Amino acid sequence: MEIDFTVQIGKLKLKNPILLASGTVGYGNEISQFIDLSKIGGIVTKSISLKPRKGNPPQRICETPSGMLNAIGLANVGLEAFIKEKIPFLKKLNTTIICNIAASSIEEYVECTKVLNEEDSIAAFEINVSCPNVKEGGLEFGNNLEAVGRITDKVKSVTDKTVIIKLSPNVSRISDFAKVVKENGGDAVSAINTLVGTSFNIWTRKPKIKNITGGLSGPAIKPIALAKVLEISRNVDIPIIGIGGIMNWKDAVEFMIVGASAVQLGTVNFINPYAALEILEGMKNYCEKMSINKITELTASYIL
Amino acid sequence: MIIEKARVISLSKISSNYHLIKVNSPVIASEIKPGQFCNIKVSDSDFPLLRRPFSICDVENDNLIFVFDVHGEGTKILASKKPGDVIDILGPLGNGFNLNGNYELAVIIGGGIGTAPFPYLIKNLLADVNVKSFIGGRTKEHLIKYNLQNIYVATDDGSEGFHGNVVDLFIEEIKNFSTTNFRIFACGPNPMLKSLQKIAIEKKYDCQLSVECAMACGFGICQGCPVEKSNGDGYYLVCKDGPIFNADMIIL
Repeated sequence: MEIDFTVQIGKLKLKNPILLASGTVGYGNEISQFIDLSKIGGIVTKSISLKPRKGNPPQRICETPSGMLNAIGLANVGLEAFIKEKIPFLKKLNTTIICNIAASSIEEYVECTKVLNEEDSIAAFEINVSCPNVKEGGLEFGNNLEAVGRITDKVKSVTDKTVIIKLSPNVSRISDFAKVVKENGGDAVSAINTLVGTSFNIWTRKPKIKNITGGLSGPAIKPIALAKVLEISRNVDIPIIGIGGIMNWKDAVEFMIVGASAVQLGTVNFINPYAALEILEGMKNYCEKMSINKITELTASYIL
Repeated sequence: MIIEKARVISLSKISSNYHLIKVNSPVIASEIKPGQFCNIKVSDSDFPLLRRPFSICDVENDNLIFVFDVHGEGTKILASKKPGDVIDILGPLGNGFNLNGNYELAVIIGGGIGTAPFPYLIKNLLADVNVKSFIGGRTKEHLIKYNLQNIYVATDDGSEGFHGNVVDLFIEEIKNFSTTNFRIFACGPNPMLKSLQKIAIEKKYDCQLSVECAMACGFGICQGCPVEKSNGDGYYLVCKDGPIFNADMIIL
């Protein structure tokens, strides 16, 4: 039985619902040494900002129970170098490229999108309004309904490509943000970005991460992420890309059941760079066992 | 760079603080160079979640040898492995030491567990290169002499050898060197590397430092292990650009 794995997110048609999350695959070159990226739905690039960012000083990461904290600080090569140095390689990967954009002002989001819109190899945009580790531009916007609405509207006005807004879980009602994205013409939301967390060394009484707080990811956040995806799914009619602690195919299926049309793998790439293909294989077996012909049948198939 | 499921051959204690693990990992063993490292998943569960980086200590045919001390949950699990158990190894990672060039003497400086990468380095030196191994530890229990040559010892408490740190011992001994044509290979805690780096830059010694940093992936995608470039242009990644850096390339 041939199972139809294709999914549609706005105008974007994906080969299958497995994407690799922004900030966990750089610009594709390292992870492509492990897996054939043309076999997965696509990759989301490390956040691109108008100007290069060197990122935060060490320590940037620490492990926590079933999770990790990171405060990388949106280290990236900047728009110009991305186009000149990274896109030629990304093109060769023969996979769908979703470009993640971070900015510290609405104008900067618009400017980045406008320039990158000219690049045929970029299939869609994911707008990062929820990075917890930089003061300007990240969470400040992600916490503000009006700002998220305006960013969505302005970015949409300069591109016909699919626009996905990456939402923060560090808000009281995430579905309100998804609603604002939809009202302003956004095509989809991805949820969730990391949760703000911290960890201290009890002997030195100092934070383990130089930035003091970091973004929590990994299996520790999966139940929260599932609840957020479900909340959006029950309240807003918009495609959702589920993210948060997916380690195996069961986790991916669970996200689709609670409402996700596709999923992103993040932290697991650090531990098992083959995870994306293993998860696809597992999902295929699951569909066969459950007599599912189209993977889209799974989305929001929860029974409450 | 691959992931290999490696069978544990043996596990032994080389002092009260340090363990030696030998695993069968033919592909990585055939590729790995001195100063490179492997990122090891010590359990199948989500605890501990991340891999743990270990310098390659030595290679014997198809087997890799790592030295480690038990200081957290990951190394505690590793210390409980039995022959026949399988561990998941990602490697080889990092750049490794640069052994090329025209030096008569390899000066090894290692602090505590920082001596780990040197047995394999010594094995790979040209036959006519002499070796002096300077090793330091808090006490004599913190010294690792495994497969080193021509050893000079320093301990912080004076329980063995020179009473003081290993960098001071090295400075003491330089005047007795029969050649000035030497290259320093160093690995150890940051304060040790920092004091050595200062002297190396001042005296223009040829000096390579193996730098340690918390990391997740070990191959450049998490960007979790920065070390500051000395030219002011941001950061290198310890895992990918390092872990070996010439002393004048970085700010510790």
